[in-house]
Amino acid sequence: MRVALILLFLLALASVPGSIFPQRGTSPLRVSEFLKDNPTTGPILDRFYMFDVFASPWFASIYLLLFISLTGCVLPRALEHYKELRSQPPAAPRNLSRLPVHLEWKSNAATALVISETATAWKKRGWRVRQGEDWLSAEKGYSRETGNLMFHLALLVLLMAVGFGGAVGYRGTVIVREDSGFANNVTQYDTFAPGRIFSADQLPPFSFELKEFAATFQRGGQQNGAPREFRAELLVKDDPKAEPRAVTVEVNHPLRTSGITVYLVGHGYAPQFTIRDASGKVVYEDAAVFLPQDSAFTSSGVVKVPDTVPQLGIQGFFLPTVTNDFSRGPKSVFPAADDPEVYLSAYQGDLGLDSGMPQSVYRLDIKNMKRIGIEELAPGETWTLPNSGGTLEFTGYRQWASFVITKDPGKGWALGAAIASIVGLSLSLLIPRRRAWLRVTAAGDSGSLIEVAGLSKTEAPGLADEILQLAKLVNAPEEK
Amino acid sequence: MTVNETLAQASNAMVYGSMTAFTGAMAAFSISLANGRRLEAIEVSAERASASHQVRMGSTATLDKPAVSTSVSDGQDLGEGRRAGNIGMSLTWLGTLLLGAGIIFRGLSAGRVPIGNMYEFSLAGGFAVGLTYCLLSLTRDLRWLGLFITIPVLLDLGLAITVLYTESAQLVPALNSYWLAIHVTAAVVCLGAFTMGAALSCLYLVAQAAEDRAAAGMEPGRSAAIAQRIPSADRLDLMAYRIHAFMFPIWTFAVIAGAIWAEAAWGRYWGWDPKETWAFITWVIYAAYLHARATAGWRGKKAAYVAIAGYAAILFNYFIVNIFVQGLHSYSGL
Ligand code: HEM
Repeated sequence: MRVALILLFLLALASVPGSIFPQRGTSPLRVSEFLKDNPTTGPILDRFYMFDVFASPWFASIYLLLFISLTGCVLPRALEHYKELRSQPPAAPRNLSRLPVHLEWKSNAATALVISETATAWKKRGWRVRQGEDWLSAEKGYSRETGNLMFHLALLVLLMAVGFGGAVGYRGTVIVREDSGFANNVTQYDTFAPGRIFSADQLPPFSFELKEFAATFQRGGQQNGAPREFRAELLVKDDPKAEPRAVTVEVNHPLRTSGITVYLVGHGYAPQFTIRDASGKVVYEDAAVFLPQDSAFTSSGVVKVPDTVPQLGIQGFFLPTVTNDFSRGPKSVFPAADDPEVYLSAYQGDLGLDSGMPQSVYRLDIKNMKRIGIEELAPGETWTLPNSGGTLEFTGYRQWASFVITKDPGKGWALGAAIASIVGLSLSLLIPRRRAWLRVTAAGDSGSLIEVAGLSKTEAPGLADEILQLAKLVNAPEEK
Repeated sequence: MTVNETLAQASNAMVYGSMTAFTGAMAAFSISLANGRRLEAIEVSAERASASHQVRMGSTATLDKPAVSTSVSDGQDLGEGRRAGNIGMSLTWLGTLLLGAGIIFRGLSAGRVPIGNMYEFSLAGGFAVGLTYCLLSLTRDLRWLGLFITIPVLLDLGLAITVLYTESAQLVPALNSYWLAIHVTAAVVCLGAFTMGAALSCLYLVAQAAEDRAAAGMEPGRSAAIAQRIPSADRLDLMAYRIHAFMFPIWTFAVIAGAIWAEAAWGRYWGWDPKETWAFITWVIYAAYLHARATAGWRGKKAAYVAIAGYAAILFNYFIVNIFVQGLHSYSGL
């Protein structure tokens, strides 16, 4: 118990840095920012796994020790309890008057009758009764220990389920534009984090198309612009041959199919452009995913056109609702696309795509490029690019939604263990283990003395009342 | 759906009314406590146990026929303070009911469960503390505890209307789930009951300090002034344990309900978000408290400190993590 206690304290203490420092598992960007802002302390903290607390060896060793200590404690106790469940309560002590609850009264009933009838009555109330010649010994509340064991075992199962799910499952994210699709294949994911023993052929062959995304926002008041509803309308095929079915995915209402779950986690805008080169040939016609920068969805992104000479790069902002106040740069004032515009800078030169270095699709490498102009466009407007760069038409916008797709086969086990742990806990903490005794002593001519007594090892609130109730069940012939 | 401003204003008026009632209750309870006293002097442990447990423990009832016993009071003789104590009790009921009505009106004004931002959580938390206290005092005399309940409630409500106040409005999509009602209600109920548990553990420490001084033959210290007016240390310890033991499974449920909700909303049932981490820390500390109560050498004062640390973790999670730490649980409305 003392070891368990110390390990519990250590576990609580060890979790604290995980909430103070940004963690790679949940916010990798904030970790790199932290490392950039703290060039001296950052790497030291990193060496002690302060940014991976819950995946660190020292955190693992604490819960492993707890795991071992838990097993070492629960198994022998379970054996002991099993034996106890099959044995009888211990015999009544000689002196019942020393017990915490004790009642006595005179009676002239026959001892054997009192004993046998009381035994029946107590048994009916769920007590396990052992019968002596002139005494009864009863016990109740075994489910306290059963519940306690169940709770500790459930914790073991829970830990295993978490570990198992993490090892064989995976988690990926993907951004899908309206009228585009996704097929469940590792290459289609934007980020993909497999478990330690995950294998790619476990990916069920489902696919979906995003037909429409809708977002509504609060208009007016203190929370102006706060999101109120997100809805993604999907056309889902559970496998390549299946009939497509329409599914609405919302926050809190994921799509569940073939053991995987698809969550709607974010959204944004993808302005559509048609770009023609100087000869009028279409070199780009697509919706480019722009990433939101603030809560009013001022979004930034780039378009790369490698097929012109020199290559063309567009960097810009999409503003769903523009203002006339440009003093702080282009900024949207409301997240819904009430009055959309784009602000673009065009670059000519070498996009740097051939260098072999992987490039972000959201960033333009302008090292070898020259800015040729900037422009502000409303939907339908066309910009004639300077320097014989051709034309760029802002044809409108699409929305995109981002999804997290996960598989965690340990989930069901974890839930079962969690429910078992609550049931076990409730039994363990709310049911007192208690004993009750009856003794009939001959008291000469005046019949016999009946004594009823009770004891609870754990501080049972209602023990006295319960023993009184038991006493009332004792065959009490003076009522005649 | 728009917000009904009239109902929102009515809700605010009720919250102010409730604070007035709780302020009156606090004044009445402090007068009651100042004038009350315990009949017996503070004794050393052996006698203490039997004195406070009265009929219940360690005595023999000799009966002609067994009869159902009357329940034993945990209360103390408030002497002159009885009247003021009664006034405090009534005002606490009034304050709690007004607060409950204020919460309901807030929910009606926005047409949703009224637990969507920190202002609303704080109202619900204050209500849970008040209601736990009022309900428990139906079956026993808890007037001596009133002052230590009304103070945290007033602090909580004061913070709510000054720092945390948010206009009545609809919910963000992440909160738009029936799990909000389940998870947050369970957590708020626990917050209320754990507040009472922490108050009892603190009072236990005071009473124990006074009894330790008496046992060591020392002059009564400052602790005696309060200890004279509240139940014995053993009694307080037991009451604190019962509240914590009763609430721990519910707290476990609250955490698990949160995990189920997180699974539906964020795609994982546990992700060590700061809020989750502190819920876990709180849970582990309270588990340690229950273990401490069953471990030789840890019972009593050490266990009480562990319980108080658990409550400190709850407060930290509520105020510091909600307001200052970045995470997915950013719904404080501030
Ligand atoms: C690591 C090894 C562990 C050991 C050896 C251990 C041992 C025990 C024992 C012997 C009891 C019975 C105490 C009693 O009858 O009052 C108990 C109760 C309990 N344990 Fe554990 N435990 C361990 C881990 C844990 C963990 C990790 C938790 C949860 C965080 C936990 C939570 C509880 C609870 C809530 C009780 C009920 C306390 C009560 O009955 O008053 N235990 N434990």
